[in-house]
Amino acid sequence: MTVKQQEQDPTLTHSVQVELNGRPLAPNRRMPLNLEWVEEIRANTSAVERRAATIGTRRTVKKEWQAAWLLRAIACMDLTTLSGDDTADRVRRLCAKARQPLQESMVKALGIEELNLHTGAVCVYHTFVETAVRALEGSGIPVAAVSAGFPAGLSPLAERVAEIHRSVEAGASEIDIVITRAHVFNGDWQALYDEVAAFKDACGPLHMKAILGTGDLLTLRNIARASVVAMQAGADFIKTSTGKEAVNATIPVSLVMVRAIREYAERTGCAVGFKPAGGIKTAKDALNWLFVMKDELGRSWLEPSLFRFGVSSMLGDIERQLEHFINGRYSAAYRHPIA
Amino acid sequence: MNSIVEKFYSMEYGPAPEATAEVDAWLAAHDRSFGLYINGAWTKPANTAATINPATGEKIADVSSATAADMNAAVAAARAALPGWQALTGHQRARYLYALARQVLKHSRRLAVLESMDNGKPIRESRDIDIPLVARHFYSHAGWAQLLETEFPGYTACGVVGQIIPWNFPLLMFAWKVAPALAAGNTVVIKPANYTPLTALAFAELAQEVGLPAGVLNVVTCDRRVGTVLVEHPDVDKIAFTGSTDAGRVIRKASANSPKKLSLELGGKSPFIVFDDADLDSAVEGLVDAIWFNQGQVCCAGSRLLVHERVAEQLFAKIRTRLENLRVGSPLDKAVDMGAIVDPHQLKRITDYVAKGIAEGATCWQPSYSLPAKGLFYPPTLLTNVQTSSTVVQEEIFGPVLVAMTFRTPAEAVELANNTVYGLASTVYSENINVALDVASQIKAGVCWVNCANMFDASCGFGGYRESGYGREGGREGMYEYLVPNWLHHGKRKKIVIHAPAGAAADAEAPAPSPMAIDRTIKQYIGGKQARPDSGYSYPVYALDGKLAGEAPLGNRKDIRNAVEAARAASKWATQSAHNRAQVLYYIAENMIQRRDELAAKLAVLVGEDQAGIEVDYSIERIFAYAGWADKFEGVVHNPPGRNVTLAMNEPVGAIGILAPEESPLLGLLSLVLPAIAMGNTVVAVPSERYATVMADLYSILDTSDLPGGVVNIVAGRAAEIGKTLAEHDDVDAVWCFRDEAASTMVKLASIGNMKQTWTNDGYATDWYDPQQAEGRYFLRHATQVKNIWVPYGE
Repeated sequence: MTVKQQEQDPTLTHSVQVELNGRPLAPNRRMPLNLEWVEEIRANTSAVERRAATIGTRRTVKKEWQAAWLLRAIACMDLTTLSGDDTADRVRRLCAKARQPLQESMVKALGIEELNLHTGAVCVYHTFVETAVRALEGSGIPVAAVSAGFPAGLSPLAERVAEIHRSVEAGASEIDIVITRAHVFNGDWQALYDEVAAFKDACGPLHMKAILGTGDLLTLRNIARASVVAMQAGADFIKTSTGKEAVNATIPVSLVMVRAIREYAERTGCAVGFKPAGGIKTAKDALNWLFVMKDELGRSWLEPSLFRFGVSSMLGDIERQLEHFINGRYSAAYRHPIA
Repeated sequence: MNSIVEKFYSMEYGPAPEATAEVDAWLAAHDRSFGLYINGAWTKPANTAATINPATGEKIADVSSATAADMNAAVAAARAALPGWQALTGHQRARYLYALARQVLKHSRRLAVLESMDNGKPIRESRDIDIPLVARHFYSHAGWAQLLETEFPGYTACGVVGQIIPWNFPLLMFAWKVAPALAAGNTVVIKPANYTPLTALAFAELAQEVGLPAGVLNVVTCDRRVGTVLVEHPDVDKIAFTGSTDAGRVIRKASANSPKKLSLELGGKSPFIVFDDADLDSAVEGLVDAIWFNQGQVCCAGSRLLVHERVAEQLFAKIRTRLENLRVGSPLDKAVDMGAIVDPHQLKRITDYVAKGIAEGATCWQPSYSLPAKGLFYPPTLLTNVQTSSTVVQEEIFGPVLVAMTFRTPAEAVELANNTVYGLASTVYSENINVALDVASQIKAGVCWVNCANMFDASCGFGGYRESGYGREGGREGMYEYLVPNWLHHGKRKKIVIHAPAGAAADAEAPAPSPMAIDRTIKQYIGGKQARPDSGYSYPVYALDGKLAGEAPLGNRKDIRNAVEAARAASKWATQSAHNRAQVLYYIAENMIQRRDELAAKLAVLVGEDQAGIEVDYSIERIFAYAGWADKFEGVVHNPPGRNVTLAMNEPVGAIGILAPEESPLLGLLSLVLPAIAMGNTVVAVPSERYATVMADLYSILDTSDLPGGVVNIVAGRAAEIGKTLAEHDDVDAVWCFRDEAASTMVKLASIGNMKQTWTNDGYATDWYDPQQAEGRYFLRHATQVKNIWVPYGE
């Protein structure tokens, strides 16, 4: 599989072979449910937390490297609005920001015109899919729709499947579904597998991200098990949270999911993407997650085809850091157009 | 291509250098030249040698190498400062320790950068681990200083303490040594390692800044020869050493003929056990913390991987992948995992060991990336296809080299883990707490980390079993290393002089023996049975009036060998419940009460009626005391920072050899044997040479008291001779000697083979009739060693 995520996208044509430790990988496809694998999963919470605590202390990037890595974070960003007070104009403003995440003067100062940098996607509720698709026309930026009863995922299954169909019809390129957390609590892996498989069928060829609701699942073992079942059922991405839980993306949770992705790739030869979402706000956060992806999975997972941030406010902090890189002065939020 | 665009695609880590300007300025302010810190002042730099940055090969500074005269001056300064320092209240000393902790924090980055420059360890480690632990140690010991009088009543400081520290954690080892010594009220002369003297000197400057009284802390950089002057100095009361086992042997030997207290923290080849139910990804990170921390130059490094056969290949693959992602480079780069090896000699040692391992059949795996062209670097290395007999499995490499073997069952894991002369630390990875704690309890090591590695804290004791040394650093047990009971302080105590028995040989006109005296065959007591002495000889034991009182078996090497085998075979005694051990002790007391008058009458022949009655009664009471203690000398649960409990378990030392005192033949012997067996040790005791016949009455009581055979073995004979065999025996874990000064020295010298613990009276008499000094916790502490089991938790 080659990272050429959006056929229509002229900007991120720098393609790299998707591989893990030298082994080429294929896009994910559905596997039979392997319960033995699910039951064997271990995740030692305190050990994972200790490793997570050193991610940001073992790695750092400075100067031009830092600037490049922050640009990478922008390219991997699902710029998101999922509020009760969303309106069409609000979504249009977000899409404009996705098209041009940095002011022209900064793009020039950085000398990165050739990147034609934009965010990885825009993520909205179904209601605003058409608005976003129209606003992003010609940009190559995909529209992701949260679906399947987002955020609780507790409406009737038929309605959740129908919701996916409607978003597909409305022009979404990516579908972020939520799982029924109860299946995980009950250890009903077959039900979880069937549900995710049904959603994937509804998505057709579109990329499907399975939101596990890690803030609800809470235990790392449950998160690891749910990750594996979702991947076996054919999810293209696994995603931490809805952004509506009390605790959303954390590094320990991400480590466990990323390790599940690695194990899955080693055992099946298939690459699954990862999307941490919720609570990621700073440029420093962005770098920490990129360190996790690079050190645990490798270069392939630094492409938007396999890695996305679900964020709404992180871009503002990145803009400030980049401006500081350009002129050496600490920046202010109001100097950058808000998303 | 624009440079940022290029980096956007390559996504490599760039350089992230830690600035050195402040440290360079500090060095420049000292003209990059340092004297010795003696008596609160700096000597003029003299006889200097360069200390080198191992990552660059550049000289950092010139450091003085002290002469013997300098060392003597430092000891004299420490001695002179002692009365003043001890005259302070605990609170006043606590204020100094607190000030030192604050000072370390205030200058933490300078110390961290200086440490990484001098030692080669990554700045992340010196910044996030070493220096914070240094500050924590001084804070924690400021607390002990404050609480000294209430928490350690009846104890007093050793006096002048000589300390020698290694190069792998220069300032952290400095803190581990200096903080408890000062908190307990000692004054200190410390010798930093030659490769890494700078942070100790920087610390001396901080001590000067906080106004630590002159002479309380003396920092003397010197070579090993002058270090020996410190070890052998008659005015030093205690030596604390961290370093190699071979150097530990030299120090044990050099201090054998003095009453100096000694604590040694030596080498290790610590097992890292991974069960098939472990979180393997976390186990790999545990290994990174264990053996690829500080370039593997860690005494407690988990250097010997033991992995369940079922998951071995899977784990090896994960390790190889992880090593490809470790970053080796400049220690001052903030995104580096492994820095430089401290010195060319050490690098050669590592290279040679790996070459030897390969020559012996090991498969060597190293990551594909290249190392920095300049500087002393060695890649993280995995050696598989090694056997228990491989050199690289048996010997400490002290570098980033992991050797890996497999096991099939928990029992085999324990067996392999304990198949080493060392016993410093261990790690167990399993998601099953039953398995983890069961294995932790069986490993012969002072520390066991469950699902973690290389965790340290001032509240938790650290130190080894076997040839990894003795004594603990940190925690309450660490404080005791720098304290002695008030009564033990010499001067007021009487020296023991052992006279030849006034027997027939010495006195031609000896009265004729009574036939009763020889109408009894006394044998050795080995493995719960009476055994004829291998020699086939007996020797006469004379009564107080000079008449022959009986004949005692004349033990030889083979009797000792058999007794030690019996003691070792009885090691199940340790796993009996403390309640059961107490029951047996009470039964011994009960039987002794029944036979009190008979025993007193027999003892009276030897020591006179007045003493005999008292001695038997005290003996009965002492048995009761240790029956009471058996289930009450318990461990504690520490709460170090983090979501974690540390179980500090008092474990028996193992097989203990006891050279019982000549005087008070029954009470003296029991006063030593009882605490040992109450804590689960097994014993080989050599009774009073002069009054050895008392053993027969004792073993006949033991025989009828349900004491399992082999728990107590009694071998009579010439103490100097069989005591030496016992002290040399490599399967004996400790020897206690309460005879004369010569015997004490002999025992210490003979102990260096397996670095067994020694506890000697140094020829000073003990008042066995004073429970304050002859009974209780002081004895129980010698009968136990603390194992700290770290158990992080959380779901």
